Amino acid sequence: MQTLDKYLELFQKNRKQIGKDDPPFMKKLRDTAIASFRQSGFPGRKEERYRYTHLEPVFDGELSFDFQPRQIHFDDDEIFSCDVPLLDSMVVTVLNGFFHHPGKEALTRLDNGIIYGSLKEAIGQYPDLVKKFLGKNAPTSDEPFVALNTAFSQDGIFLYVPEGVRMERPIQIINLLLSDKNHMVHHRNLFVLESNAVAQVIICDHTLSPHMFLTNSVTEAYTGENADLDLLRLQNEHNNSCQVTNTWISQERHSRCQHGTITLHGGIVRNNLRINMVGEGAETSALGLFLTDKMQQVDSYTVIDHRKPQCTSNQYYKGVLDDISTGAFNGKIHVHPDAQKTEAFQTNNNILLSDTAKMYTKPRLEIYADDVKCSHGATVGQLDEEALFYLQSRGISKEEGRLMLMDAFTWDVISKIKHPSLQERITELVGKRLRGELSRCNNCAMHCQE
Amino acid sequence: MLEIKDLKVNIEDKEILKGINLSVKAGEVHAIMGPNGSGKSTLASALAGRDYFNITHGKIIYEGKDLTELTPEDRAREGIFLGFQYPVEIPGVSMVNFLRTSINSMRKYRGQDPLPAGDFLKLMREKKKIVEIDSDLTNRSVNEGFSGGEKKKNEIFQMALLEPKLAILDETDSGLDIDALRIVSNGVNKLRSPENATIIITHYQRLLDYIVPDVVHVLYKGRIVKSGDKSLAKELEEHGYEWIKQEVDANA
Ligand SMILES: Nc1ncnc2c1ncn2[C@@H]1O[C@H](COP(=O)(O)OP(=O)(O)OP(=O)(O)O)[C@@H](O)[C@H]1O
Ligand SMILES: [Mg+2]
Repeated sequence: MQTLDKYLELFQKNRKQIGKDDPPFMKKLRDTAIASFRQSGFPGRKEERYRYTHLEPVFDGELSFDFQPRQIHFDDDEIFSCDVPLLDSMVVTVLNGFFHHPGKEALTRLDNGIIYGSLKEAIGQYPDLVKKFLGKNAPTSDEPFVALNTAFSQDGIFLYVPEGVRMERPIQIINLLLSDKNHMVHHRNLFVLESNAVAQVIICDHTLSPHMFLTNSVTEAYTGENADLDLLRLQNEHNNSCQVTNTWISQERHSRCQHGTITLHGGIVRNNLRINMVGEGAETSALGLFLTDKMQQVDSYTVIDHRKPQCTSNQYYKGVLDDISTGAFNGKIHVHPDAQKTEAFQTNNNILLSDTAKMYTKPRLEIYADDVKCSHGATVGQLDEEALFYLQSRGISKEEGRLMLMDAFTWDVISKIKHPSLQERITELVGKRLRGELSRCNNCAMHCQE
Repeated sequence: MLEIKDLKVNIEDKEILKGINLSVKAGEVHAIMGPNGSGKSTLASALAGRDYFNITHGKIIYEGKDLTELTPEDRAREGIFLGFQYPVEIPGVSMVNFLRTSINSMRKYRGQDPLPAGDFLKLMREKKKIVEIDSDLTNRSVNEGFSGGEKKKNEIFQMALLEPKLAILDETDSGLDIDALRIVSNGVNKLRSPENATIIITHYQRLLDYIVPDVVHVLYKGRIVKSGDKSLAKELEEHGYEWIKQEVDANA
């Protein structure tokens, strides 16, 4: 049986279970999604967008899938606490794609109107609010993995920040994967920032058991007029896992968004990012940093849609690749005819530490307005030998010198992370990663040997 | 201290140094002059251990040890310092981190503990005075955006911090204004001692007024074709290299 048919069958057979408490709009969303997916199927080898990451064989593997949260006895604090020192965040845990809240509310509504917690619960409690946003920005026709996720996803995190409310503390979403067999997860986040709202979200992806995990997640975010969203994802799953992330952000007038993806570990990682600037004067910056070795594959695919005048976008992606790892960056800047006075910049710099590592980089500009400033630049190179010799000539060993140069290379991206203690923590994690140490959070209970 | 015997060096397949003989004793200052492209920087790099340059023949003995067997970092730790003709900019590596790592690597080699932060800052302050280097420079990335003269001063600042036994200064005077030239020369002179030696590569006799050399060599087409005392530098300043070139080329 073809992989596509397997998924169509999985859906049909379990239609009653999948979102069994779905309100009508959700049912409709799922049916549209599965129809889109039936049409598109998995991207084939020839498909340009997925040239360097062929995911169908991964999805074809023997994988379990949960329609309901599994009852795993599991104490958040004991097994895991992602400790970012001084980062006073509201922590929410998502276990195998389901909000994990033993003894706590599934959904919390604060006095200032902020709502956060389980998306599934939010669909039940606030169907009208969710309906207004869910699936609107990440249409299932655009991307097969969004379609697949929309059909299958059960839960994830919902965050709603009302007009003019500024979240004092960042919300930190810890995605944990824990299973006794190879397992697949489709989870979904929805973040809504009404006008003038400010929020910071940190997503950390972790694996807690050595099984093969396949995660296909969708994060939809809306930033209202003059709202400010800072969204950072830290990918740190083990190398026997595959992760597809789809982040679809829509920005209203004068809103600001900073998006960042830091990839430390993970077998096959594909990150789709789409930023849709639908209001004038919106600003966005997208950061990306990945460090790969062994057989890792990390593929970043970005589309920035400048639809209205005077929007600014800055994409800043960097990669360090060792051994036989592969990386890809495909970044598109699309300036629509209306979008005069657009400023769009993109750089992608990569360092290959071995002769066998490969990096594919491809900037794409599609510009249909005439009064715009756009630029892009991409490099793939080695560490600067001259600089290394300079360091050595001052008594610094070659190994230490290489690390200093790599730290400097990555610092370029890390320095742009706004939150100081988060920046510090990521510097440390990246430093450890470059030194070949396992850069898991200190309190991780998974004493895995890779 | 340093004994170079019939040293031949290739870059790729091209022979750049064609048999250099040079002997430098502790306490001495040697000046190496010579036309552009004659191989002066190649000699300096070969001493510092740049592996880009291929030693095809000859020996470099430093303090009784075969230098060619040491990595560049170990040469530095053994007391060799190269002041680069073109100091490299290293964006993202801060001067402070660079200097601290450098000093502590040297200390580790000598079996010493890392220098406590307070002592390190004190040392920096002290040495900064010698070369009158701007504090702002040490707050930046290594050489990044430094002017030509600032880069050269920074080399001498590093030399002052590391206190080498053998300093090789490759055109440290080029691009310096008159005041800076005096400051840099003072810096070098302060570090002179009966235990140390200095090799100065320069095009200008003016520097040698400040740092008086014991021996002056002329390097031409990969060979030392003339050596003499400081009056040789004066002669070159007045007459240029033409007469030497003619002498050498006639004998070839
Ligand atoms: N990296 C290199 N690749 C190829 N040739 C080189 C390289 N470095 C030096 N050379 C060549 O070697 C020769 C000697 O160069 P070197 O830099 O040692 O000269 P120099 O005496 O220091 O000159 P200057 O007075 O201009 O500094 C020159 O012909 C130069 O072109
Ligand atoms: Mg030179």
